[in-house]
Amino acid sequence: MGTIVTKILYALLTLFIVTNYGLILSGVVRKIGARVGRRHGIRFYQPYIDLIKNYTFRTRITHGIMYYIGPVFRLTGGIGLLLFLPVIYGSPVFDNFSFAGDLTFVLYFQFFGVLGMALGAGESGHPYSALGVSRGLAQTTAMELPLTLGVLALAVQYHTLNIHEIVAAQQGSILHWTLFTNPLAAIAMMLSFLAMMGRSPFDVVIAPQEIPIGPPTEYHSALLGVLQLNRAIFPAAKLILFMNLLFGGATNWGELVIKTFFIYMWSVFVGIAYPRFRVDQSVRWYLGIPLLIGVAAILVVKYF
Amino acid sequence: MQTIIENLQKHFQVVSYHQQRENLGFLIASKEVAVGLITHLRDYEGFAHLVLLTAVDWIEDEHFQLTYLLHHPEKKVDLGVRVMISRENPEMYSIHHLWEQARTYQRELREMFGINFPGSPDVDKPFILEGWEEIPPYRRDFDTKEYSEKTYFPRPGRETHDPAEYMKKKLYPNE
Amino acid sequence: MGKEYIEKRTVISPEGNPIEVDPLKDYFCDARPKSCKSASGIIEKFANWARSESLWVLGFGTGCGAIEMRPLMTPRFDAYRFGIQWRPTPRQASVFVISGYLSVKTLKRVVRSYEQMQNPKFVVALGSCTINGGMYWDSYNTINRLDHYMPVDVYIAGCMPRPEALLAGFDKLKHIIREGRGEGANKYAENFEWYKGNQKKIIKDWDMPDYNW
Repeated sequence: MGTIVTKILYALLTLFIVTNYGLILSGVVRKIGARVGRRHGIRFYQPYIDLIKNYTFRTRITHGIMYYIGPVFRLTGGIGLLLFLPVIYGSPVFDNFSFAGDLTFVLYFQFFGVLGMALGAGESGHPYSALGVSRGLAQTTAMELPLTLGVLALAVQYHTLNIHEIVAAQQGSILHWTLFTNPLAAIAMMLSFLAMMGRSPFDVVIAPQEIPIGPPTEYHSALLGVLQLNRAIFPAAKLILFMNLLFGGATNWGELVIKTFFIYMWSVFVGIAYPRFRVDQSVRWYLGIPLLIGVAAILVVKYF
Repeated sequence: MQTIIENLQKHFQVVSYHQQRENLGFLIASKEVAVGLITHLRDYEGFAHLVLLTAVDWIEDEHFQLTYLLHHPEKKVDLGVRVMISRENPEMYSIHHLWEQARTYQRELREMFGINFPGSPDVDKPFILEGWEEIPPYRRDFDTKEYSEKTYFPRPGRETHDPAEYMKKKLYPNE
Repeated sequence: MGKEYIEKRTVISPEGNPIEVDPLKDYFCDARPKSCKSASGIIEKFANWARSESLWVLGFGTGCGAIEMRPLMTPRFDAYRFGIQWRPTPRQASVFVISGYLSVKTLKRVVRSYEQMQNPKFVVALGSCTINGGMYWDSYNTINRLDHYMPVDVYIAGCMPRPEALLAGFDKLKHIIREGRGEGANKYAENFEWYKGNQKKIIKDWDMPDYNW
């Protein structure tokens, strides 16, 4: 009984650290984006202020029960993803609830939030919400294919569906990272990663400013705060997932910060350098080269 | 330009022609022949582009003046066709079958001047004034200042001067 | 013109069942806005600090002054460093910048957008037109005084004010919020009848409920 309580407390500690890390990371990245555009940009702690402000709104409006549950689903997706990842390899504190088949579980969880939003945003009755959700689902589905193929290639390569064991297999030398032992799977997954982070070539789904912003159009006050919190946790959790699968995991927080920051920079650089795809273009793009790379990764692992 | 007008005089009774510039002229046509004249200009003379359709309220002469400004894309000349219609019965034949976009002009004229264009699509729909109850606001007997003061809660303390008088007083106080 | 789109009607669903549609009831919330009590003491102060440092502007270009707001996003003025960000929907915004003259038709949309914003909300009125009508003071179609239709927190005079003036106005707004005087939403709720009366006097074609969120 005692062990499960400690485990829950440890998981909450992880959640707290990762949430703050995610908030600061999103602020810092926006700051970097502004500097590239030769602006001062927001303060790096601006996401915290926005979050507090959204929670201190005095009124909120509901469109029914699903409308409430949408953001909760989304947050559950983010937290759930995080809770089944071994954040720090070899640390009993930050190992979370990693178990034998968690890789499949994680794949499921990262789709979970979008589905929740689809239900919630549909309830709000706003046409732009429904439009944004359907576009988001189309793009996520296309993006999932190379990702899943890459993950399956890893499973075949390491003969396991446990992230913990995948990380363990990559220890020792930098050349043991999946990035070098299975580059095709790594490329396919890193291409999917671009759309997962929702940055520029693939951010028409939540396109800020130009058109009403897709699924969250009608969300406001504390409900928007929940979504914002998720937008801090979810990318951080995904970064940790990719770090674990492809870049040898992390044995301490310093290593984690450095690795995840550079993985994030990959999507940021691509985002700043390339203009947007429309959704039909991005779907077509993912069903092209990335999908073929994913298929090739599986074949290479299986037969060579 | 001259040849066009001479050509035109063979077919229609052109009341008066006034050459404003080398490439811009105006003629006055009666209400009945105007649409036929414009059709002729479009189909035979090559004035393919309707630049604008607008109205002027000549309240002293008790008529509205409609101006159809047409452009010849090849010869690069403009020709304005002016039509006078009476103020008591402001009605004109629609030209939306010649240029689709004319319906928008006609909707605007219906709302702003109260000139009716029977048969023009959606001509009765509100254009920019939603729920206007007074006489059409571009007519010159509509007092816009009085209406504004009556309706829009003017902020007290506003001074207005006649610009010419005021500048004379400010700049040359001794004269 | 009839207003069929807000009248109660029966539509037949694809399965053949009749469905009662009452747009005013189904699509709008017709509850009157209520005045909200603020939290007490240090909590409210902290909340006000957060509100003042995170001004989300509703990106609705209402008049010619909208062109003055665009430079604020550019490297030269860069309003982001003051915590000012643009949001595309009224639900998420807390500051409404009325940028210049308002015609009656725009006022109708402005009222709807303003009412959809959540309490607390602030209004920055930009340009002389919002103060006394400006150069359109005797126009048949533009309003003269914005504060007769919704509470205004900050006026920025000028025709048009430069973006620097706009930044100064936002700075002023921050002071007002931090002092706890930015209670426009409550003022609107308390004097609801008066504001509504004024709005209805101007907007003849009133095809919406009295209060829509």
